[in-house]
Amino acid sequence: MPRSYVVDDPEKGVFLLDREVHMSEQVLREEMRKIFAKCWIYVGHSSEVKKPGDFVTRRVAGRPVIFVRNQKGEVDCHFNTCRHRGALVCADRQGNARRFFCVYHGWIYGNGGELQRVPGDEAYTSAFDKDTLALKKPAKFEEYRGFWFMSLDPNIVPLTEYLGKATEYLDLVIDQSPSQQMEILPGTQEYDVGANWKLMVENSVDDYHLPSTHATWLNFMANSGVKVEPPKDKDLVLPTRGWAIELGNGHFTTDNVNFRGRPVAAWISLYGEDSKEEMKEIKDELIARLGPERAERVANTNRNLVIFPNLVINDGSSVTVRTFYPEGVGKMHVTAWALGPVEESATARARRLDAFLTFYGPGGFATPDDVEALELVQQGLANWEDDRWSEMSRGMGREGVQLNSDEHHLRIFWRHWDKMMGAEG
Amino acid sequence: MSQVVNKVTRAEVEDFLFHEAALLDEWKLNEWQELLTDDAHYLIPPNDVLDGDYRSSLFIIADDRERIRQRIIRALDPNCHAEHPKSRTQRIVGNVRILAQNGDEVDVAANYICYRYRRYERVGQYVGNYVYKLVRKGDSFLIREKKVIIQANELGQLGSVSIIL
Repeated sequence: MPRSYVVDDPEKGVFLLDREVHMSEQVLREEMRKIFAKCWIYVGHSSEVKKPGDFVTRRVAGRPVIFVRNQKGEVDCHFNTCRHRGALVCADRQGNARRFFCVYHGWIYGNGGELQRVPGDEAYTSAFDKDTLALKKPAKFEEYRGFWFMSLDPNIVPLTEYLGKATEYLDLVIDQSPSQQMEILPGTQEYDVGANWKLMVENSVDDYHLPSTHATWLNFMANSGVKVEPPKDKDLVLPTRGWAIELGNGHFTTDNVNFRGRPVAAWISLYGEDSKEEMKEIKDELIARLGPERAERVANTNRNLVIFPNLVINDGSSVTVRTFYPEGVGKMHVTAWALGPVEESATARARRLDAFLTFYGPGGFATPDDVEALELVQQGLANWEDDRWSEMSRGMGREGVQLNSDEHHLRIFWRHWDKMMGAEG
Repeated sequence: MSQVVNKVTRAEVEDFLFHEAALLDEWKLNEWQELLTDDAHYLIPPNDVLDGDYRSSLFIIADDRERIRQRIIRALDPNCHAEHPKSRTQRIVGNVRILAQNGDEVDVAANYICYRYRRYERVGQYVGNYVYKLVRKGDSFLIREKKVIIQANELGQLGSVSIIL
């Protein structure tokens, strides 16, 4: 009987989480094997590698990879590890290259990964076969509409099956673009958080924390003429009713009627009077293309989506793609990008980026306080052995649909995580 | 119409920058704000697009004057959790260079080191460049643009900029 890290008692309406999950080196080692090596993990977006030879190097769940468009024009992913002695074969962060050159002994690989040249290869026996020494790739590498994921598990289900109903929420984001093409905008935000990586999963979708953690953001909005009214209904925390929705395989999303302004396309005074006309045109295009109902979904709902285990796409004050991985039990590295329609005008693009910075990122008016909250958790958890359980039963007794300000979606994450950690392997 | 413009000296610029650094270290942000022009910008570019434009690239901070005002309201609010209690900071500004002077406007570059201390001995060591557009005002200056470059390959812990660098 594998051990469980949760107390899950729907009858009593109790859900408790063992705080060891955020504190134990043993748990982290198991996570690398049972979670990160067994899931589809986000690598990058095809817009980051537009032309053959375009590449970016990054660490995906700690693994150095080269995300590249090869000479055949295909998006490709290699381990950034020389087959000879294991050095990184590409030290640049981004660029365009036909070949990757290992500086150690000069082995040269094509951007499709094939080993092209080994200096002094007459010194090897016939057992030495260059064809078997291409850069290794993750076991699986697949895309959903421009979002590329890798898996280290050769037996994993296909990506679209893994994503399941989460694809509907990716589609809603992509529908912002008239040509159905979104792109990662230039500029990467990176920041470390002194907290366990799973606390970022919780935080990214936890709408219960907004009034307390983000009091200064609400104040900023009010100062900017955007009054976020407190809810009238007693059961709400946020001004509008919103839901937490299970999407299968550990994925989930919040989904609520917008109350904060959206670049596509819900005007607020923060954007300025002169943007009203263009934003109406953006909205009209959505209605003409998608019909009024779908246009309203795209333009006037906010959704914070988690693709298990470590990809977050927030479609709110702007669209952010955010991924993070552990750098130890009490530390994570976060990378975040802005996503926008490829055909966006210069003015709409500037508005999208400005709206992003009002809330998100390490210099934004909200994210730094999230970071602080997570670090306060990690610091407080030093008492975990004597104060063992986190209380996560909010909303458990509620009949029917679950609110985004409850903890239903957090429980979805934890149940799935607990199940995967309980598996053999 | 010609106007005689006095050439700005490095000592004058240094006096101004050292004064600015002291105000920031002492959290006198409203006094710091008085050093800004009405059209001032405060910018921190992402470290993979250092020469980008904030209208087309995702910056870390891209504040116009009104956003700076809001940033300061937020930073001084006890509910700004990222700065409560306030970080203690100490910065050294040096290698000051006057890059150009056009009429009243002076382009200045300087290097900085900013140490940031938080509870539990968490130390941030920000290292990089300040790039200013200053405007002559009386015998001192105002800041029309302050661009802060953080010289690190990956920002990591330095990504957090809830202080004003």
